Amino acid sequence: MSDSSITRRDFMVKTAQGAALAATGGLLWAYLLRQEAKAQPYALRPPGALAEKDFNAACIKCGQCVNACPPDILKLAPAGGDLPIGTPYFTPRSGACIMCPDIPCLKACPTGALAPELTDINQARMGLAVIDIENCLSWKGLRCEICYRDCPIRGKAIWLETDPRGLSKHAMFRPIVNSDACTGCGICERSCPTEVAAIRILPRELVQGKMGEHYRIGWKDTGKITEDFKPAASAPEAPKAPDGKAPGVDYLNQGGL
Amino acid sequence: MSAIGEYSRTDALNSVDKVHARGFAARLWTWRYIVLRRLTQFGILLLFFGTAHWAWHYPAKMPLLSGNLSASEFIGLVPMADPFAVLQIFLTGHVLQQKVMLGAAIVMAFYLLVGGRVFCAWVCPVNMVTDLSGWLRARLPIPPMFHVSRNIRYFVLAASLILSALTGLAAFEWVSPVGMMHREIIFGLGAGGMALAAIFLFDLLILKNGWCGHLCPLGGFWSLVGRSAQLRVRFDKDTCTHCGECARVCPEPQVLNLKRLEETGYVVSGECSNCGRCTGLCPEGSLAFDFRPLIRAHARRD
Repeated sequence: MSDSSITRRDFMVKTAQGAALAATGGLLWAYLLRQEAKAQPYALRPPGALAEKDFNAACIKCGQCVNACPPDILKLAPAGGDLPIGTPYFTPRSGACIMCPDIPCLKACPTGALAPELTDINQARMGLAVIDIENCLSWKGLRCEICYRDCPIRGKAIWLETDPRGLSKHAMFRPIVNSDACTGCGICERSCPTEVAAIRILPRELVQGKMGEHYRIGWKDTGKITEDFKPAASAPEAPKAPDGKAPGVDYLNQGGL
Repeated sequence: MSAIGEYSRTDALNSVDKVHARGFAARLWTWRYIVLRRLTQFGILLLFFGTAHWAWHYPAKMPLLSGNLSASEFIGLVPMADPFAVLQIFLTGHVLQQKVMLGAAIVMAFYLLVGGRVFCAWVCPVNMVTDLSGWLRARLPIPPMFHVSRNIRYFVLAASLILSALTGLAAFEWVSPVGMMHREIIFGLGAGGMALAAIFLFDLLILKNGWCGHLCPLGGFWSLVGRSAQLRVRFDKDTCTHCGECARVCPEPQVLNLKRLEETGYVVSGECSNCGRCTGLCPEGSLAFDFRPLIRAHARRD
């Protein structure tokens, strides 16, 4: 065997060793990154944040949004925590976004991870309020409605469904979240009086469904396809009560009173 | 050693004696750059910390120095950003804002002037940890465990760029102990201390100057930038006695290749961090900071 073939073999072995080292190291590193970014579904981001995957790519972890936040609710996720390392988040129960009209956190972002396209704070979508109706005082029949009253866009993001006969003898005022208007600021979660908040902010991807384009709400749709399902021009008359009395009998007069 | 045949052994030994015979005051003067480096490192941290926690501002209502080493803004006017972090984010495919690009350009221009790895020795907070580890190791009988190439950092640098493109995440920024330490001091503690403890022990027991001198891709990045930097350590071959005290304290001794220095008249390698250990220590005054365009002029004048 000549010298040159030995050097060639050496070179091949060295190359293979280097490649193996690089591949193993690279795989480990990539695994670490995946693990770190996997915690993402639970992070609530400042207003204007890009979709989580893009946000993770764009955020430079500088904390200028944290410094710019007037109520000081933003934090940077520390190493070893549940959230992607170094990225800003907030916890509504301890500190909710007060929805500053000038959005200083977004203005402080140098990379565009908080997208400057957002100019109206009411259009922010930090998360979505979700009500646990089993533990909500209002849904149980007590008078509370604090979330409704504290909501910065009251009546639009949270409205009250009233039901005069919801519970045996008195009315109910059930708070309902409108996902079209809720910004996810978390003021409702912050002010909810139950031991563990019955209204909570979750990242939208975790709770929000999508109907799909092919369904038609036939009685609202203006398209041609649903023409057949439109109600007739004159609505059919309601059938008369059989005994001539009014159909509604006041329930207070019923039973053994 | 044939290369240093023309130098007198007595002169060299005299130089060594000069270093060791220094009194306390002279020794403090030897450490002047170390003191200055600690002051800048802590000072920069303090500026960030004060802005974040005590709302330091100048002028009225403008945050003094908001952010951290990844990206920041000085008095609401001068954006700054880590060019290496920006490069990684660029490779993830994110379209960057002008502000951060301008910030990266400003920082880049500064380090092109004063030397890329000036970041490592004068700004990076991890340097305090590794300096402590190196100082301790020099005083403990810890034999080297193995030798690895100092070029590994360039491979780690390449890997972090490739992985940024492949995973869509700024690969080094997500695991960087530099970022962890700075962020956690300014914005709240987490498990970053464990990473620093690991680096400390690695440098102390496993590989001398292991993190800063072998592995850190950020150091590798700044080494590449530093090749065209202007502020350099000038070498005066006429006064040098080849005592070797400079190389003994240098964390990157390969940059003090005296044969090479004699040809060039200054430290060419970008791996030099301008830490000033050698210039402070040299008993003959053969090493000193100087700007590259002036170095030749100095040589001619001498």
